[in-house]
Amino acid sequence: MAAPLLEVNDLTVRFRTDAGWMTAVDRVSLAVGEGEALGIVGESGSGKSVTALSILRLHAGPTTRMPTGKVMYGGRDLLGLPMRDMRAIRGSEIAMIFQDPMSSLNPVLTIADQIGESLRLHQGLDHATARRRAVELLDLVRIPDAARRVDEYPHRLSGGMRQRVMIAIAIACRPKLLIADEPTTALDVTIQAQILDLLRDLQAELGMSVILITHDMGVIAEFARRVMVMYAGRVVETAPVGQLFRRPLHPYTDGLLAAIPKLDVDVRRLPAIPGSIPDPTAVIPGCRYSPRCPMVQARCRTEAPDLLPAGPERQARCPPRVAALEHAA
Amino acid sequence: MTAPIIRVRDLVKDFHVTRGRGGPPAILRAVNHISFDIRQGTTLGLVGESGSGKSTTGRLLVGLIPVTSGEIGLFGETITGAGGDRALAKVRSKLQFVFQDPHGSLNPRMRVGDCIAEPIDVGGGWTRRDRADRVSELLETVGLPRAVAERFPHEFSGGQRQRIGIARALALKPDFIVCDEPVSALDVSMQAQIINLLLDLQEKLGLSYLFIAHDLAVVRSIATDVAVMYAGALVEQAPKAVLYAAPKHPYTEALLEAVPRPDPDRVRSAALGGEIPSILNPPPGCAFAARCPKVMEMCRSERPAPRPTGDGHVVACHLY
Repeated sequence: MAAPLLEVNDLTVRFRTDAGWMTAVDRVSLAVGEGEALGIVGESGSGKSVTALSILRLHAGPTTRMPTGKVMYGGRDLLGLPMRDMRAIRGSEIAMIFQDPMSSLNPVLTIADQIGESLRLHQGLDHATARRRAVELLDLVRIPDAARRVDEYPHRLSGGMRQRVMIAIAIACRPKLLIADEPTTALDVTIQAQILDLLRDLQAELGMSVILITHDMGVIAEFARRVMVMYAGRVVETAPVGQLFRRPLHPYTDGLLAAIPKLDVDVRRLPAIPGSIPDPTAVIPGCRYSPRCPMVQARCRTEAPDLLPAGPERQARCPPRVAALEHAA
Repeated sequence: MTAPIIRVRDLVKDFHVTRGRGGPPAILRAVNHISFDIRQGTTLGLVGESGSGKSTTGRLLVGLIPVTSGEIGLFGETITGAGGDRALAKVRSKLQFVFQDPHGSLNPRMRVGDCIAEPIDVGGGWTRRDRADRVSELLETVGLPRAVAERFPHEFSGGQRQRIGIARALALKPDFIVCDEPVSALDVSMQAQIINLLLDLQEKLGLSYLFIAHDLAVVRSIATDVAVMYAGALVEQAPKAVLYAAPKHPYTEALLEAVPRPDPDRVRSAALGGEIPSILNPPPGCAFAARCPKVMEMCRSERPAPRPTGDGHVVACHLY
């Protein structure tokens, strides 16, 4: 196997809160191959967005301690790069799109200005050329009547169209990796389907790798080739998408799958996961999922489990389940 | 079959808007001649995309905004037309509303107990002791510990805040609650908890709901009947079992197809193109015609009327 495009090792991110330092991301490792689609799934507070932001070093600040670990990209550790070099990579080699396209777009600049910004910055294009490229990019993200739309302001566009503009900005410099953080969560279901189709087409056309972050297992099933499930700042399971849905190995994954409202059968009571994700400052000895886990054993409450290998490309942070799998094999 | 407690006939809501500075006023028809019933103890799931008019319908139903024309009957009182205000005053305490955003709908400076008791305080006449007891009882009903009453809304997760919103809605013992996208902002595991809570409350208290959502999968887990709304009009209505087994309107079919399933082997057909049209100057004919994969010549000129097709199924489509 060729070296992955991006390899994250033991990434840890800590925030300062009133209650002291808390660990938002705890020794997360992941790898994305060229042209691959990796899905990261988890509830709010699982650390999935913080992981993505830290890859691009987008939230350093007085309340964040510099992330530790390694983020290897093109033979360099992004965490150790001078800010100047980091800025050159952001938006040009690794781009990101966010959940809310309205607050990520500048309301007082036209679409042409905003798409052109990264082209002028990274590729040194002049204004007229950048504008022409912007029209091409709007065409590429299937915005009808691109030549006219390019001079409009964001408030004139619907949510779906704004997300298309965000994607156009992200792919303007032909990045090798696109990180999409809940790109369809704020959209209607028919528009969500359009955006997912668009992302898949662009991925194939441009040969990009994509990290898609979502809380929706359905979106994961549609888009990702490999999946990483996060809970309370830790990776609890990784697997190729088919195996994850056919045979989940972590009880949290079981719970997430069971709680999905079913479209094809009538279920009177959905099996909800009891309780909620723990407060990030809370100290939970042993497995962090143990207070909510229906299969909890005595040792789960005392021993913090490791992420264990469970077959090719598979890992799970649940020793009893991994042991049971080995026993069955 | 029990008589409907909510009866809506030919309901219309227009908003007057101005386009541009000093431009001519225009009329935006957010709700376009819709009719439906809700029977006691049942849930009508109202589904549609943003801009379909579903939230406006919910607001009209509990008298939050005045209707333009048409009739709304609540518990046998007609709250529209002459004497409507007096009729609404009579039934108002039976109506409640649960909002989508459990953060924006709770006053951040009020303790949870006071948030919940606010509807009680408006009516007044409760002793301190009774009020505190009622708050504890309500918290218990929605599955929160009593001690929560002393804390502030920001201390809670989205799911817990939605429980607080529900406790507040229950304070005056309503019979009918409009739930406007109550789980749309929540994670899937919290969604399941809140839906189960709403189902439990319905069973225990005999509540009726109008459950507004954009997700047909969520609606399937709670609704008794389903109505699908598009550009201000109801395009399809049916009992839940009928609708999911045999959807008729091409828009309903598209909505169902677009829901991502937790099945990596499924191949979804290409997404429905286009977006919901502007309801300013709506085109003649069917509002869905421009996006419809089964569009016919007449669809572009003639607006289809809702027609019953048996089994309680009503469809507004020239195909039927």
